Amino acid sequence: MELFFNLTLNGLATGMLIFLLAAGLTLIFGLMDVLNFAHGGLFAWGAYSGTWIYASTGSFFIGIMGAVATGMLLGWIIEKWMIKPVYGNHVQQILITLGLMLVLSELLKVVWGPNQISASPPDVLKGSWVIGDIIIIKYRVFIIAVGLLIFLIVQYILKRTKIGLVVRAGVMNKEMVQSLGINIHKVFMLVFMVGAGMAALGGVLVGPYSGVIHAGMGMEFAILAFIVVVIGGMRSFPGSILAAILVGLSGSFMAYYVPDLSLAVNMLLMAVVLIFRPKGLFGLKG
Amino acid sequence: MNVQLRLNEIETYIGQYHILQGISFEVNRGEVTVLLGRNGAGKTTTLRTMMGLNPASKGVIELNGEQIHRYPTYTIAQKGIGYVPEDQGIFPELTVEENMKVAIKKENEETSERQDYILDLFPDLKKYWKRNGGLLSGGQKQMLSIARAYVNNNKLLLIDEPSKGLAPIMVEKVMESILQMKEKTTIVLVEQNFRMASTIGDHFYIIDDGKTVQNGRMNVLRENEEMRRKYLGIA
Repeated sequence: MELFFNLTLNGLATGMLIFLLAAGLTLIFGLMDVLNFAHGGLFAWGAYSGTWIYASTGSFFIGIMGAVATGMLLGWIIEKWMIKPVYGNHVQQILITLGLMLVLSELLKVVWGPNQISASPPDVLKGSWVIGDIIIIKYRVFIIAVGLLIFLIVQYILKRTKIGLVVRAGVMNKEMVQSLGINIHKVFMLVFMVGAGMAALGGVLVGPYSGVIHAGMGMEFAILAFIVVVIGGMRSFPGSILAAILVGLSGSFMAYYVPDLSLAVNMLLMAVVLIFRPKGLFGLKG
Repeated sequence: MNVQLRLNEIETYIGQYHILQGISFEVNRGEVTVLLGRNGAGKTTTLRTMMGLNPASKGVIELNGEQIHRYPTYTIAQKGIGYVPEDQGIFPELTVEENMKVAIKKENEETSERQDYILDLFPDLKKYWKRNGGLLSGGQKQMLSIARAYVNNNKLLLIDEPSKGLAPIMVEKVMESILQMKEKTTIVLVEQNFRMASTIGDHFYIIDDGKTVQNGRMNVLRENEEMRRKYLGIA
């Protein structure tokens, strides 16, 4: 029971971190038709900038806010200067965003050095609660809570506000949205920045979870996020959280019971979904 | 009659294809101007060029004397042009209500009145208010698309083949609604169904091979069988 609970908690926490990365990817792809391979780089920049700000200020909260701001600023720069000129050209987008991923990762080494940096949670989130035989690690609960909160906020915006309605409409038919007098490029920019901010949030949260951060972490998580986007459905926001939890849980349980298959199981899951539901579990039509 | 919209020698390429090779026409305020022509003549591209979706490479488009052909699509729409595309452009995963909400530029008393008016005209939309757009019938989608274009105080509506793929009874309904809206707004209509076009239209332009080749009052075309046979393939 204790083992099951801990593996589940661990899987949920990992799932939420992947979700924060995958949600931005799926929204950006859905609305802008851009496969952003640089997304993992924003995740890593969130980790480094947030950890650095936390260490400098002593406030984990300011570290988180700083990471999100860094991610959004980088998102703004990338969208405005690098993605916008290549809208509609997938080959150029892939080349540019893949190149950006490498540049962002290498720049981390330039700014903070090539060695991995240790990260730990603030005192208030250290330690665990013990209920009977079950040990609940506080920081994991914190990650799950933050992930759920972000999901609920974004879901509320998408479902209940005019801008959310425009984003959902834009995912379905960009041309028609513009024909209704809406500047879709402003919406693109906003979604890209929000997606980048969420990736950076995932990054700053992952540091204290794994204990260290390093320049290659963006790529590691980006692979999982792409798997999640494919499983959940390329344009589905709710699909991204469910698929992320699925990938997190399967990774957690497999890592314990069949460690050799822990990464392969996600690939296998993706292959099965692609065979039986090519648009993903919750993919939109069209 | 004063001219609301003027196209002068418009040329448009789609990729390497030279689709529009000299489209010129004028639309009078308060009238229904119908663009006629065979399949592939360039009628839909003309509307898309007016909306900036396939921008013109040459020529001038003026709306109320202001040149609009270099503006992006959303600016053209903001100038007061409503567009009903050939495929209706319904957002399939949004409800009828949400489809309308996306379209409304500013929620105020006027748009609320216009919405009430259009829902009275199309009671099916009221009935299926909470249903996803993708689940509507072809005719209901057409009504929704027209309602979305009408709900803002647009000065001009561009409607592309509203009768396409509809059952005869639906064609009648759509035709009646356009006739009613005609009293409140100027309309440019692309239509293959000549009966519908000749009932609604005040003025016609025939497009052939990307050029405007004939024009006149609709009654002239109604009476000129040779012209209809030559350019439209109908007697």
